[in-house]
Amino acid sequence: MNTTIMLFLVQDGITNGAIYALLGLALVLVFAVTRVILIPQGEFVTYGALTYASLAAGQMPGTAKLALALGIGAFGFDLFVARRALHGRLILRSLVTNVVLPAVVLALTVYFAAQKPPVAVAIVLSLVIVAMIGLYLYRIAFQPLAHTSVLVLLIASVGVHLALQGLGLLFFGAEGQRGPAVLAGSFTAGALRFTGQSLTVYGITIAFIVGLWLFFGLTLYGKALRATAVNRLGARLAGIRTTLSGQIAFLLASVIGALSGILIVPITTLYYDSGFLIGLKGFVAAIIGGLVSYPLTAVAALVVGIVEAFSSFYASNYKEVIVFMLLIPVLLLRSLAAPAVEEEKD
Amino acid sequence: MQSRLPITIFAAVMAAIPFVPGMPPFWIVLLDNIGLAALVAMGLVLLTGVGGLTSFGQAAFVGFGAYTTAVLSTAYGLSPWLTLPLSLVVSGSLAVLLGLITVRLSGHYLPLGTLAWGLGLFYLFSKLEFLGRNDGISAIPPLSIGTFKMLSPGSIYYAIWVAVILSALLTMNLLDSRTGRAIRALRRGHVAAEAFGVHTPRAKLLVFIHAAVLAGLSGWLYAHLQRAVNPTPFGAQAGIEYLFIAVVGGAGYVWGGVLGAAIVVVLKEVLQSYLPLILPGSGQVETIVFGIMLVALLQLAPGGLWPWLISFLPEATRGKKPDTSLKLEQRTRSPGEASILLQVEKARKQFGGVVAVNNVSFDVQAREIVALIGPNGAGKSTTFNLITGVLSATSGSISVLGKKVDNAPPQEIVKLGISRTFQHVKLVPDMTVLENVAIGAHLRGHSGPISSMLRLDRADEAKLLAEAARQIERVGLADQMHQLAGSLSLGQQRIVEIARALCVDPMLLLLDEPAAGLRHMEKQQLAKLLRDLRDGGMSVLLVEHDMGFVMNLADRIVVLDFGTKIAEGTPATIKTNPEVIKAYLGVAA
Repeated sequence: MNTTIMLFLVQDGITNGAIYALLGLALVLVFAVTRVILIPQGEFVTYGALTYASLAAGQMPGTAKLALALGIGAFGFDLFVARRALHGRLILRSLVTNVVLPAVVLALTVYFAAQKPPVAVAIVLSLVIVAMIGLYLYRIAFQPLAHTSVLVLLIASVGVHLALQGLGLLFFGAEGQRGPAVLAGSFTAGALRFTGQSLTVYGITIAFIVGLWLFFGLTLYGKALRATAVNRLGARLAGIRTTLSGQIAFLLASVIGALSGILIVPITTLYYDSGFLIGLKGFVAAIIGGLVSYPLTAVAALVVGIVEAFSSFYASNYKEVIVFMLLIPVLLLRSLAAPAVEEEKD
Repeated sequence: MQSRLPITIFAAVMAAIPFVPGMPPFWIVLLDNIGLAALVAMGLVLLTGVGGLTSFGQAAFVGFGAYTTAVLSTAYGLSPWLTLPLSLVVSGSLAVLLGLITVRLSGHYLPLGTLAWGLGLFYLFSKLEFLGRNDGISAIPPLSIGTFKMLSPGSIYYAIWVAVILSALLTMNLLDSRTGRAIRALRRGHVAAEAFGVHTPRAKLLVFIHAAVLAGLSGWLYAHLQRAVNPTPFGAQAGIEYLFIAVVGGAGYVWGGVLGAAIVVVLKEVLQSYLPLILPGSGQVETIVFGIMLVALLQLAPGGLWPWLISFLPEATRGKKPDTSLKLEQRTRSPGEASILLQVEKARKQFGGVVAVNNVSFDVQAREIVALIGPNGAGKSTTFNLITGVLSATSGSISVLGKKVDNAPPQEIVKLGISRTFQHVKLVPDMTVLENVAIGAHLRGHSGPISSMLRLDRADEAKLLAEAARQIERVGLADQMHQLAGSLSLGQQRIVEIARALCVDPMLLLLDEPAAGLRHMEKQQLAKLLRDLRDGGMSVLLVEHDMGFVMNLADRIVVLDFGTKIAEGTPATIKTNPEVIKAYLGVAA
């Protein structure tokens, strides 16, 4: 093996790793705030990517309709929960965020899809659509279960993943898609060629890591979100709106997921079910970070990306086996290092 | 043990089904599939519902079972009956391997770990040359007895359902035994079980292996039913589906696994054949419905359907009272027993910068009631945890009967005759009082899992239950013996904990706030019980906040404040000790 190949593999690994880092961050974020292990993160990726690719190709993405349907569902949940104390402002607010907003976005999507929108419009629309899906999903699937154990939330999360993946096939078909580059152009440094796309990936990843780290570490609101994760009841008693915290976490996670998708779909062909595997690799990183540490997750994601790049070069058949088996020793180390605290269950 | 009648009827019905005239062959195929899924789900019930260990990776064990027999019966021409034990051994030994790694994982790491190896193994199945890569292995010979070959779904039907019913019986036998109680205690955390000598990692590994062997059995049957295997049915999706089955049926119940399998398999069939008519489109619609139903089920009926179903049946007959004349071996007590039972010397525990227990020394003599008192946060419960081995001391030493036991695990401490109760009650709420108390006698029984499954443990079991019943009567809860522990008041639950601790046949009883939540009369009864125990030769060390209770009961009192011992003496001297008054009231009186 020569240095060029090695450098090339490292570069490839870092680009993938940066995406895994973004996803890992979102997973850590959602887990830290809601205790949900977000398996459907991968669907946010594919939804974002394929919505973007469809729009860019002048096709109408089904996700916009899904957003409206879920919004109506969320509105229904809101009404049902508040049925004994319905008052106008509450209904109006729920109606606007859950029904009017997705309806407007749907109309815009229909309008733009017909005339092949510019890249920027396609990106914004895709992000908004997936963000809404994330938000409403939290309302419908997870908020009613917010008080249950991590395990129940995990199983629910798997259910949501199944439903979304099936819907993905319905919306986008079994064919893979690619989207136009977000940032065109490239330059070479020595033997390496940097594309505008990969630089965007690095830039956005770093921005998010630093941003989240600062947000959770330094701001009062970030701390409030973390408090929600540790003790919902305590957080509520301290005046933190735990539902709002969950919504923010899901909103951020779905935006990050969709963004990752948009960033990779110009580099790799994505299928309706590609997200699951990509998301799981983000998981490997998030777990190495102990589901709490943002910087550690980012570093771990880079390691995962590089291991993947090298194993696809040397043992391409066993690429997935190697990446997922990487998790086992990590989990083992983590649980050995963790203090043997008793978890009070049920 | 429940009556065997329902199972006998169920077996008879299942045996009769193929003889129903006009039974469509397709239904038999469905029943075959239900049986296969039920085997895996049954393992998951034990693993997840009972043991609290969630696994998304069971499909991989089905794969091990199926591929083992596929390879051995095609490439090496072994008889399927020979490959059965081999399939089970392969699944079981891989479970040991994966279990040793995974079972140590706590909380949410475990399901994620199983998801990871589930995926990894799926890719391994589809890449290995000798497993036929993605194409798998075909032309697997059918099961046969003599010249009778089980070629049709109808003929292998009996093999499958005999396996299901036998497995259900063995699993239920296992749960209703000494080992079973240890397994059922796992879900409530490990501290309580370990305090009575249960080796929790070993118990977890055991259920892991049990579930894997059942999955392997299902895989072996699957290979000979389909007579071909490929990686698809052993992937992550299938692993998730098995968990779904267990949750639908009722993850806490063996028959919930069978019920869940029936519902899910039939539902899948219905969805696959009718959904495309309603919602034309490119397949996979059933996964959408599946996912939505899983979430809806968790929101509406998190306990699954089996408990809902049996709530319609007449209440099960109360378990009969154990024959209390059966006796367990008692601990041998030397007549010239050393007078100092427990000696704590300069015990110290630091959590980071916090010194929870600061060089505390005291002792407990034989036939003595010692009370450990002090304001909240004084380090009383931490001291208990140091003595019982839950926490290891930073420095200092603890000896029992003159023997140092520094940093011995809880399972060793209890063997020395020190048993305890907990400040926060740690009973298994969905087990009866009798079963909970019998956990206390865990170390005094000897039957292992295999003999429990085969019901060879009954003599041993009867003695354990008799001992438990005796202790329950002793603490005055005989009427509640067969109630679920979770249905008792908090005060009664504390008393149940005392009965459980007494089952150890202890020399020293450690009680953490036993009187909290008790009414006045109950407190007096408790005090009388403790005095009787002392007069019978036992020593008691208790933490308690009720000063009236302590002052009337204790022979000696040790006072802690901020981790430091500030006084020790008889109740009369403690009452007037200025240091103590200052600690409790803030100023010297």
